[in-house]
Amino acid sequence: MSTPPLRPGTTRRELLKLSPVLLLAAFAVPAWQDRLLETGVRISDRASSWLFRRNHNAPTFAEAEVVPFERFPYNYFDVVDPEVDLDAWSLTVGGAVARPGRYRLDQIRALPRVRQNTRHICVEGWDVIGRFGGARIGDFLDLVGADPNARFVTVTCADRYYESIDIAAARHPQSLLCYEMYDQPLDRGHGAPLRLQMPTTLGYKQAKYLMTLDVTHVLPERRSYWGDKGYSWYGGV
Amino acid sequence: MAIQTQGGGPGPVYEHPWFVRFVHWTNATAVCVMLLSGLQIFSAFPSFGAKVPEHDLIDAVPEAITLGGWLGGALQWHFTFMWIFAIGGIFYVSAQLMSGHFRTVLFLPRDAPGVWPMARHYFLFGPKPPSIAQYNPLQKLAYTAALFLGGVLTWTGAVMYKPAQLSMVGAPLGGYHNARVVHFLAMCGLVAFVPGHLVMVAIHGWDNARSIVTGWKRHAEYEPVHGIRAADGDSGSS
Repeated sequence: MSTPPLRPGTTRRELLKLSPVLLLAAFAVPAWQDRLLETGVRISDRASSWLFRRNHNAPTFAEAEVVPFERFPYNYFDVVDPEVDLDAWSLTVGGAVARPGRYRLDQIRALPRVRQNTRHICVEGWDVIGRFGGARIGDFLDLVGADPNARFVTVTCADRYYESIDIAAARHPQSLLCYEMYDQPLDRGHGAPLRLQMPTTLGYKQAKYLMTLDVTHVLPERRSYWGDKGYSWYGGV
Repeated sequence: MAIQTQGGGPGPVYEHPWFVRFVHWTNATAVCVMLLSGLQIFSAFPSFGAKVPEHDLIDAVPEAITLGGWLGGALQWHFTFMWIFAIGGIFYVSAQLMSGHFRTVLFLPRDAPGVWPMARHYFLFGPKPPSIAQYNPLQKLAYTAALFLGGVLTWTGAVMYKPAQLSMVGAPLGGYHNARVVHFLAMCGLVAFVPGHLVMVAIHGWDNARSIVTGWKRHAEYEPVHGIRAADGDSGSS
């Protein structure tokens, strides 16, 4: 590799060795730019799902490291409170499940409760350690009889938000249908009565104010509110 | 082996094997893209503190030094070119180690005494120390530091990208939050390297600059060492 060429000076061969660098100029062509960048994100998402380990937990934290509730941000894309009727609320479950229908909050609360102090990471760059409680999404999928060959879980929300996650992330032991923060019922701004809470994903995957949940074999046209606008669909951390 | 000097005086020298030139240009491109898109990403939350209450360090990074237009667009650039940057870096280090060429550029403790005379020459117009090798001690320090910062950026970038899946890799830093701070500081360090590098390239002229494209410098002041030693056995190393 270090053997120098015998003939001094510029040779065609020496320049040809560098020519692949010119391929980078393709990124400067406006017509190709979007497709190249989409490919880059797709490769990154594929690498991300390859890095995902079913039984590897995201870091958890001691009680003292949890920020006070008042300092846990309310983050929303449209309205902080879409005015869900909490008394009449139920989660409509459909798709590849044996027992579709409407599920009340007490049915979800009856599943084993998980309480965890985890880091919530926003794609914008901020992060906050909070305390969350809820039922494992995996337990709920078993309750509704999800098809074991299904690949995705999609949700829609009381605002116009929608999201989809791959089944491996959904069945991760730390992935929750979250109905509690700081040992209190979820408040309206944080997604009452039910939200996704998954410390192995970025914040925008963790949809709030859930209204429907579907188990599917293919991704819907509308995959993800922010994912469709240009963020990584996978959003794993 | 070929004797690369002609008549013992200044002569043509093959300075940069192809992998050095190749990665120099791929990663110089990647650094530009990642710097600009990184500043756009930083604009989304220009702070290293809490979200509540939020204390921004600046309102927003000027648009002229950003890339991507918005956070999502900038992330696409960042997540595309991170592969070019990281794979280029790994390839560069592997090729340096396998070829032995790293001996010309790696800063070692024995180079330390030569740094100050060189810095005095450049910055305080002190006497010019004799050129005895491809890189003087100050250059070795600068290039080794830049490579080190590239490594820190790759490491902290990986920790920020996968703080859960790569939690072991991030543990020495304390995880995502600190990785973001160190990532930013390492970026500042690498940015500090660039003006010095470019000024030196400008000062040393076309023959020097051309060699990062062709590999050859036509009029080298020093006796080439270059891993493979000249046939007369003169090591030329200090």
